[in-house]
Amino acid sequence: MSDYNFAYLDEQTKRMIRRAILKGLAVPGYQVPFASREMPMPYGWGTGGVQVSAAVMVPEDRFKVIDQGADDTTNAVSIRKFFERTAGVETTEETAQASVIQTRHRIPETPLNEDQILVYQVPIPEPLRFLEPRETETRKMHSLEEYGLMHVKLYEDISQHGAIATSYAYPVKVEGRYVMDPSPIPKFDNPKLSGCPAIQLFGAGREQRIYALPPYTRVASLDFEDYPFDPSKADHPCDLCGAEDSYLDEVITDDAGGRMFACSDTDYCRARREAGHAGPRATAQHEEAGA
Amino acid sequence: MQTEALEGGFADAPLEAARAFRAAMGAMARPGRIETLDGATPPAPLSPAAGALILTLCDPDTPVHLAGAHDVPAVRDWIAFHTGAPAAGAEAAEFAVGDWGALQPLDRYRIGTAEYPDRSTTLIVEMTRLETSGALLRGPGIRDSAWLSLPGVDAFRRNAALFPLGRDFFFTCGDKVAALPRSTQVEDG
Repeated sequence: MSDYNFAYLDEQTKRMIRRAILKGLAVPGYQVPFASREMPMPYGWGTGGVQVSAAVMVPEDRFKVIDQGADDTTNAVSIRKFFERTAGVETTEETAQASVIQTRHRIPETPLNEDQILVYQVPIPEPLRFLEPRETETRKMHSLEEYGLMHVKLYEDISQHGAIATSYAYPVKVEGRYVMDPSPIPKFDNPKLSGCPAIQLFGAGREQRIYALPPYTRVASLDFEDYPFDPSKADHPCDLCGAEDSYLDEVITDDAGGRMFACSDTDYCRARREAGHAGPRATAQHEEAGA
Repeated sequence: MQTEALEGGFADAPLEAARAFRAAMGAMARPGRIETLDGATPPAPLSPAAGALILTLCDPDTPVHLAGAHDVPAVRDWIAFHTGAPAAGAEAAEFAVGDWGALQPLDRYRIGTAEYPDRSTTLIVEMTRLETSGALLRGPGIRDSAWLSLPGVDAFRRNAALFPLGRDFFFTCGDKVAALPRSTQVEDG
């Protein structure tokens, strides 16, 4: 720990990021440019989230990292160890115990509280990027509140597929002003963005953007009156804990078409199983684990 | 330069700046909430909270405007030594510090541009009292409504009408800080 400045980054970099975070909170949903640094991990591994976490972290924090809901994947484990080593913070896998949660592509199932900060890793912060590749143009479109193109895209989804086919990174409008990319969370998680008691910060390292949602910000998923937003999920309970209300991963179990559904949020699933809940295949899993 | 300019900074800059930023961010994310911001002992008339904000947020990249009674050699030297931030006029400032009266008129400060609304001035307003009563606040960061002893209402209402452009405010009193971003709607309490 003594070999690093607190939380790895130098102080001037942290000040620059902190100023960007404050402006992001003042203009919810607007993407603030920042001078993203090289980090000791490749772009795409959460360098934006890591820089935001480093700028907000205090030694008293308890830090949690999830990758697609899981605490135990390579990306989550390495980022957790990174901050254990460079900031000396405690880490946890329990959502309710964490004060700062860095996430890749999920919002925890356990409701967040006012004392928590949720830091999203964002690959492409610009929701209009796949419709308009030029940054100069998308910036102008945001300044003019010109979001017709996005509605055309959603309309074309309906005309081709009969429903809005976007299932993750589903665009949202923040406080009736900026259209924002909520990062590639499943649209199932979109309703949790709105009115959230925690501070939500978004960091895109490669694209050099930071944006934010203060607590209790109104966030609406884009839709049409006759095609309202539908936060769908697999029509199945969790095979391990039996939860009906959580987002599920479909797991292929053999080469003969076998499959199971399990909570993507590993902490939520574990806590439910420890509390005595069981899904249809809970026992089989235990036997497999014991064998 | 007096040697007192060399003192009163953070004793352990990385840790104290991290804690100070969490307080400042908590204030900006939740307009109307009063947070404690200590660790700095700047020369008068700069309050400890305003001093901590400057130590946490200012550096050679951020021109600072000192308004009225705050524009004295002791404060200028202290900021120059601890942060390296250049002094600036109101029009060029990224941060401006002073009493509410001395900071007027507000239209001198940058409000950002339509494409870059973040390029606006943050004002640090030194207050003689800071309480959760007075003007009624609504908007992002506030569940239903909040109250804060603002030095006025009309100026902040006009500022909010500029959204997404506008200036953002910190209010400091002793070691207490509160904030009012441009996104907050302000009414008479």
